[in-house]
Amino acid sequence: MKYAYYPGCSAESSARDQHSSSIAVARALGIDFIEIKGWSCCGSTPGHQTDRVLAASLSAANLILAKDMGLDIVVNCAACYNRLKTANHEVKNHPEMRKKVRNAIGRDYDGSVEIKHMMEVLLEDYGKESLQNAFTYSLNGLRVASYYGCLLVRPQEITNFDDPENPQSMDNLIRAMGGESLDWPYKVECCGNSLSLTTRSDLVVSFSDSIIGMAKAVEAECIAVACPLCQVNLDLRQMDIKQQTGKQYDMPVLYITQLMGLCLGLSRKELGLEKLVVSPSPVVKAIAATV
Amino acid sequence: MTIRITKGQTGKNLLNQIREISGIDLAVCYQCKKCSCGCTVSAHVQSPPSELIRRLQLGAGDELLTSDLIWTCVSCETCFARCPMGIDMVSVMDALRALVIQKKAVIPEGNVPLFNNAFLKTVEIFGRTYDLALMTAYKIGTSSYMRDTDKLPIIMQKKKIALLPSLGANRKRVRRIFRKTRQNKGRLS
Repeated sequence: MKYAYYPGCSAESSARDQHSSSIAVARALGIDFIEIKGWSCCGSTPGHQTDRVLAASLSAANLILAKDMGLDIVVNCAACYNRLKTANHEVKNHPEMRKKVRNAIGRDYDGSVEIKHMMEVLLEDYGKESLQNAFTYSLNGLRVASYYGCLLVRPQEITNFDDPENPQSMDNLIRAMGGESLDWPYKVECCGNSLSLTTRSDLVVSFSDSIIGMAKAVEAECIAVACPLCQVNLDLRQMDIKQQTGKQYDMPVLYITQLMGLCLGLSRKELGLEKLVVSPSPVVKAIAATV
Repeated sequence: MTIRITKGQTGKNLLNQIREISGIDLAVCYQCKKCSCGCTVSAHVQSPPSELIRRLQLGAGDELLTSDLIWTCVSCETCFARCPMGIDMVSVMDALRALVIQKKAVIPEGNVPLFNNAFLKTVEIFGRTYDLALMTAYKIGTSSYMRDTDKLPIIMQKKKIALLPSLGANRKRVRRIFRKTRQNKGRLS
């Protein structure tokens, strides 16, 4: 199994732990991730909020590179995943857009590169059963709230990832690791990250508070995420929540790939666990050898 | 709820301009309000998405461009996901933002355009985002130096932000994309 790996900008900054844990998990499972040489930013939210052609072109430039490699793309970041898939959708369905993108990049792109999220690679290509056999440690009944956020599941016409209201991919991974995947109502709510730096950051704190509060209410021992923006928000904003509301959650927020790495017996360093703000120690302690 | 509306003050109403930019036909909306019920921010704005659509249907003009939803919307795409008519409200919101910028309409609090500009500037220069430069540019632009500085020690200690920009991107190609799309001015046809 071989993929063109698109790390996305946060892999080099705020989400180095998501990047390193994914690489480590892929290596442990014998999946080849070949980083796309010269990859550039997908445009993210500021791209599409500013100019539709710019957004599609920035993403398509990377898809062309993967096409040259003759491989499917694997992505970790939910925002990159959403933008790359949207670019595919745009050039496939709007001939005018395809022309504009060709003019911007200087090369034609037909929207044919297959884009997969890390979880799709693991569940669909590698397979749940093979995964179960690969895990040497178990979550040992750990109660995990799977948080998908917005951009993986919406809009379904474009991402075609899973059920947009009640997705199960991450829950299936949690179950495969021997954890208890919780049924909870906020798995596809938005954490509001795009307002983080703006004067409406009060909203981000209140959204994060309600999401973590709900996880706490269903007695989750940790939250699993797949998006670097959600992770930073839910993990780092617990400081603000405490300051503004007095609530102290101490809720560990781990990338699904970090949980998987732990179940594969990988080291804390490889998985970047020291980067988490809320200590993951209770989670690490719960994980037990499955001999 | 009663919506009072004055006929668009600009002659040509916004509805057509939005259709030209986004290709979305808002005439099919029958006001079921699922978008507003699911909207992440509707409780925090004056006009939820369904009301914006209704105003547009009734011929609203440029005065609608000051609506606080335009820059409070977090692009979570719940409205699009739940619309029974499949209206891509995300593209409609993007079109409204583009019109605000084009027409230099008043931008309510939030400073999102400034953030977007700072973000895209670092992409144009480095080919990838450079968080440190982005945040510095944004903070200087908004004079919000002290906001979130309490988190700086932990961000540094956990190395959650890269100190140096990444130089691995094909910067020439990215600059070309910016140059060409600037010439194009957001037009699709």
